[in-house]
Amino acid sequence: MKPISRRTLITTGVAAAAGASGLAVADRMARRYGLIPPDCHGIYGPGETLTYAAQRVLTTHSLAREFPRSMISKAPFANPTAPPTDGFKRLQAGGFSDWRLVVDGMVARPLSLSLADLRSLPVSTQITEVACEEGWSYVAEWIGNPLAHVLKEAGPLPQVRYMVYSSFDPEWWDSIDMADALHPQTLLTWGMNDGELPVSFGGPLRMRVPRQLGYKSVKYVVRLTATDSMKGFGKGLGSASPEGGYAWYAGI
Amino acid sequence: MAPQAYTCPAVSTTASHAKAYLPRHAALVRVTHWITLFCFLALLISGLEIVISHPRFYWGEVGNVNTRPLFTIPIPSSRGTVPTGYGFVMPDANGWSRYLHFQTAWALVLTGLIYVIAGMGSGHFRKNLIPEPHDRTWRAYWRRIAQYLRGAPPDTAEDHSYNVLQRTAYLVVIFVLFPLVIWTGLALSPAFDSAVPAAVNLLGGRQSARTLHFFASGALLLFLIVHITMVALSGFKSRLRAMISGRVPAHEEHP
Repeated sequence: MKPISRRTLITTGVAAAAGASGLAVADRMARRYGLIPPDCHGIYGPGETLTYAAQRVLTTHSLAREFPRSMISKAPFANPTAPPTDGFKRLQAGGFSDWRLVVDGMVARPLSLSLADLRSLPVSTQITEVACEEGWSYVAEWIGNPLAHVLKEAGPLPQVRYMVYSSFDPEWWDSIDMADALHPQTLLTWGMNDGELPVSFGGPLRMRVPRQLGYKSVKYVVRLTATDSMKGFGKGLGSASPEGGYAWYAGI
Repeated sequence: MAPQAYTCPAVSTTASHAKAYLPRHAALVRVTHWITLFCFLALLISGLEIVISHPRFYWGEVGNVNTRPLFTIPIPSSRGTVPTGYGFVMPDANGWSRYLHFQTAWALVLTGLIYVIAGMGSGHFRKNLIPEPHDRTWRAYWRRIAQYLRGAPPDTAEDHSYNVLQRTAYLVVIFVLFPLVIWTGLALSPAFDSAVPAAVNLLGGRQSARTLHFFASGALLLFLIVHITMVALSGFKSRLRAMISGRVPAHEEHP
């Protein structure tokens, strides 16, 4: 082993100091520009943060691929996750006329919207692919309201950073950042392939986030909550997914 | 650099050890080699775990249990929705597998970038991996294949330099298989595809990308198996020592 020369020592010291302060600056910048995901802790935190930050730099405004009508899947597959609760069945028996979507949290005008209310808002359709993290996929036409329009009705406060959305089953909830919440293809979906959205596919209302994997497209959405921090929502990791071992950001 | 670095032979001898050593692998090559191996094994295990959740492969844009698969791996699945013919469902390991897969993918891509950029700067590819001019003939390849088939021991020159088949295999792994597995993997990211739709469209769709990702990983696994076999056949300890310490004894005896 060679003795360490003074030059090596000084060079290493300067490099280490530069590296440490570089990391500190990168961390501050990343926090300021919203490049840190809520599930940034633990041994997989660095990988998740790199993925999320890279996608936020690269894909803030890009559009998910849309397909021609001829590519709509004849037999789309629905994971069997229907909520078999009595409350849901009662709403379903009444044709969901008593069903409401609640918009609350950091908004100027909290809302309670019926399906008829949603249908009177600006409607958008998209033919996009649902890609499950397991590997399978299908293409369908999705009809609904861009989340951005519903949010505009409610008037989110300037400090809002995440939109939390919860399923009829309160154990099943998720959230997206404002880049995805205000993205034109993020759709509160109540129609599928020219018909009503079937319950098996998440009816009466499903969140479609086509730039992320299928598990971010939560079924049976009944509540939207605007927030500036994920603290206080579950374990504060951004959604129920990281609590079950899955990444919060599913754009990969 | 001091001029004597050019005139001094690259042999280091010390008074206490009579044995002479020759440099074999640069430090950067050794470090990136082992990081790559570690990452690849993590990617392989986590990738197989993810495959178990849907051991069916398709071609084109879409594919699910309601469509005809291109082929099916006859193993049980970690999801009850997949018809495998087995009466049981494996435990779900996709959560940690996906976290591990993407974290080690980052580590591997960054390590690979450092290796390729440094290798171009240092002449590593030109000196060590691009076949030497006299070897750029089919005859040279055939002669080496015949030598392998005969089971003849490697030339002593191979202690210090790769032969033409090794060079070609390494170049294919570095510049064909790894780029392909990274490309097909990125094509499975819906967010990346929104920014670069050609990444998935050129491959023929999402399911084609997934199937190609599987085959590219399989080709890399095949390389790993052959690589370890050849290392074992040509002297496991000395080859391993060369990739760890970076040097080989000047006059190595073959086992």
